[in-house]
Amino acid sequence: MPIRTVMKANEAAAWAAKLAKPKVIAAFPITPSTLVPEKISEFVANGELDAEFIKVESEHSAISACVGASAAGVRTFTATASQGLALMHEILFIAAGMRLPIVIAVGNRALSAPINIWNDWQDTISERDTGWLQFYAENNQEALDLILIAYKVAEDERVLLPAMVGFDAFILTHTVEPVEIPDQELVDEFLGEYEPKHAYLDPKRPITQGTLAFPAHYMEARYKVWEANENARKVIDEVFAEFEKKFGRKYQKIEEYRTDDAEIIFVTMGSLAGTVKEYVDHLREKGIKVGAAKMTVYRPFPIEEVRELAKKAKVLALLEKNVTFSVGGALFQDFSRTLVNEKEKPVIVDFILGLGGRDVTFKDLDEALAIAQKALNGEEFDEVNWIGLRKEIL
Amino acid sequence: MAVRKPPVTTREYWAPGHAACAGCGCATALRLATKAFSEAMEEKYGDPDAFAIAQATGCMEVVSAVFPYTAWKAPWVHVAFENAAAVASGVEAAWKKLGRKGKILAIGGDGGTADIGMQALSGMLERWHNVVYLMYDNEAYMNTGIQRSSSTPYGAWTTTSPPGKYSIGEDKPKKWVALIAAAHQIPYVATASIGNPFDFVRKMKKAAKVDGPAFVQVHCTCPTGWKSPLEKGVEIARLAIETGVWPLFEIENGDFHNIKIQSPGGGAKVKREGGRVVAIEFKKPIEEYLKLQGRFKHLFKQPEAIDQLREQIKAMWKVLGVEVTLPKPEE
Repeated sequence: MPIRTVMKANEAAAWAAKLAKPKVIAAFPITPSTLVPEKISEFVANGELDAEFIKVESEHSAISACVGASAAGVRTFTATASQGLALMHEILFIAAGMRLPIVIAVGNRALSAPINIWNDWQDTISERDTGWLQFYAENNQEALDLILIAYKVAEDERVLLPAMVGFDAFILTHTVEPVEIPDQELVDEFLGEYEPKHAYLDPKRPITQGTLAFPAHYMEARYKVWEANENARKVIDEVFAEFEKKFGRKYQKIEEYRTDDAEIIFVTMGSLAGTVKEYVDHLREKGIKVGAAKMTVYRPFPIEEVRELAKKAKVLALLEKNVTFSVGGALFQDFSRTLVNEKEKPVIVDFILGLGGRDVTFKDLDEALAIAQKALNGEEFDEVNWIGLRKEIL
Repeated sequence: MAVRKPPVTTREYWAPGHAACAGCGCATALRLATKAFSEAMEEKYGDPDAFAIAQATGCMEVVSAVFPYTAWKAPWVHVAFENAAAVASGVEAAWKKLGRKGKILAIGGDGGTADIGMQALSGMLERWHNVVYLMYDNEAYMNTGIQRSSSTPYGAWTTTSPPGKYSIGEDKPKKWVALIAAAHQIPYVATASIGNPFDFVRKMKKAAKVDGPAFVQVHCTCPTGWKSPLEKGVEIARLAIETGVWPLFEIENGDFHNIKIQSPGGGAKVKREGGRVVAIEFKKPIEEYLKLQGRFKHLFKQPEAIDQLREQIKAMWKVLGVEVTLPKPEE
C-alpha cells in the first residue's frame, strides 16, 4: 500500500531516489537542496538503501563521479541547485554526449551575483542547451513522481539522455505538503533494473568511452543527442501513460487549466502554476476569460503541445522566473520559434517576475493581466515586461 | 634451452597504433604502468584483466582514443581535464556495488593533476577510494602546445614561460605533487621514472596491490616539449635521476619520517644512518641533464640561473630529509 504522509520536496526527492534504487549517489551540500543528500545518507546509513554514497568535495566532482559510475553501468543520482549546477555545467554536456542517463534533483535557485539562495529558474534554464531532459514540478508530489518518470525516460534505449527535475527553492524544497509514497514493488515494476548495453566498464568486455572525435565525427554525435531529444517526446507520453496506469496520477507535457474558452492563457512552470491557477479562478469569478498552462516538460520542448495550446487563445502571457538578456525569457524564445511559421497565431507577451525569491502576488499578476489585455485589445504593449520591480531602488 | 621469464608481462593493454609522437616517454610510461597493473591484478585477484582506467584529458588521452579507433585493450573512460580522480571515484563505487573485483587506475598528466585536477585528486585520496592515481609528469601542458604548468621546473622554456630580457624562462620552483598526495596519509606514494623502468613497474605493482588509494608520479620525457632528441628519452630520464634533478622515493601511510629514498646511481655516494639515506653526493652535474634539452638551452648563457636551480634542487631534497651535494661541471 502506498504511504500517505507529509514532507518537504527535498524529502520527496530523496524518497524518489530511494525508490529508484540507484547504486551510486554523489553529492555536495548546497542550499536549498542540502536535505536531499542528508536524507539519502540516512537511508544508506540505516541500510534502507543499498548504495554507495560518495561525499564529494564539490559539485563538479559530484557529477563527475556520477558520470564515472554511470559509465560503469549503474543507476546514479545527485542533487544540487544554483551555483552547484553551474559548477557542473561543463560535465552536463559530457554526460549528455556520452548518453548517460543520470538524474539530478534541482532545488531551483537564483544565481549570483548578488548571492541569493531563493527561488527562480535561472539555474536549470541556463542548462537548457546541454542536451539534458528537463522536468519542472508544481508541488512535492510531482517532485517525487517526476524523478521516477525521469529515470524511466532517461534510461529508455530510444533516449539514453540524462535528466534534471526542478522544484522551486523553499516554496517547495522547505515546505511540507501531503505526499503519497508509492509502493516499492510497483516502482520496481515500473523502473526495472538498469542494464545498459552501451555503457559499462567490464574487463571481460573492454570498451573505450569518452573518445576524441575529429570534425568528421563530432557533428554526428551532436545530432544523435538531438535525435534522442526528439525521440524523448514520444517516450515521455508513453511513460506518463504507464505512470498514470500504475500510480493513478496523470501527467502531461503541458497541463491546461480552464483554457477552453480563454482569450488570454498564462503559461508558466513550477510552483508558480499553483498560484496562477488560483488567479485564473479568481478572474473567472469576475467573468474574465483566462486560462493557465503549466509546462511540466521543458526539454524536449513540447512543440506540438504548444501549437495546440496556441490555437486556444488570442494572447499567450508567459510568466517566467528567468532572463535571457536582451531577448526576454527563455520561454519567449521557445514559444516564438514554435509559432513563428504558424498561419494563425496568438500574440505573445513576456513577463519576467519572481526573480531571486521575490513573491509573485495577485497584484503582480494584475499588472501582467493589464498588459496582456492591452495586447488583446490591439493596443500598444511592451513585448518584455519586468513585473514587480521596486522602481524606488533602481 | 631455458627461456628466461620476461621482466614484465607480455600482455598489452596500451596497443600499438596510438598516435603519440615518436620517442614519447609518456607512451612508454602508460604501457609499462598497465602491464605492471595487470601483473598485480593477476597476483591479487587471479585475474590479469581486473582493472579499468579513468583518464584525464591530455596528450595521452587524445592520442589513444581517436574515434573510431582505440589504443586501449582495457575498459577505459575519459570525461574531462580536471576530473579523472572524481570519475575514478565513481567507477570504483560502481564496481563495489556490482561486486566486481579489481582496481581502478586513474591517469592524468601534470596539468590535469598538479593544477586543474588538484582538488578532485585531493578529494579522491581523502575519501580513500581504492584507486591508483598515476600522474605522468612531462612538466608542461604538452597537449595544448607546451605551456607551463606548476610542475614545470625552474628555468625551463615553455610557450608561456619564454626566456627574454626580463625572463629566465619558468621562474618558480617545481611543485611536488607526490608530497601533497602523501600529506593525505594514504597507504602508498611513490615517484618513478621511465629512466628506471624496473623500479617503475615494481612501484606500480605495489601501488595496485595496496588496499586504498595510492599515488605514483612518473617522470617521462617529451621530445616535442623538451626539444630533445627522439631516441634519448630514457637516457635523459635516467640522467635526471643520476644528477639529483628527479628523486626516487616512496612514502607509506604519510610517514614523512620514514621516506624511502633510493640510490640515484651515476656514481653518486649515498650516506646512510640506521638504514636511512641522509646525504647524497652526486657525481654528475645537473648540466649533463640540462644540456640534452633545448628547453634549458638559454640557461647556459646565464650560469647563475643554473646555480639557482641547483639551490632549489637542494632545498627540495632537504624537504625529503637528505643533504645533497650537487657538483658544478669541471671547467
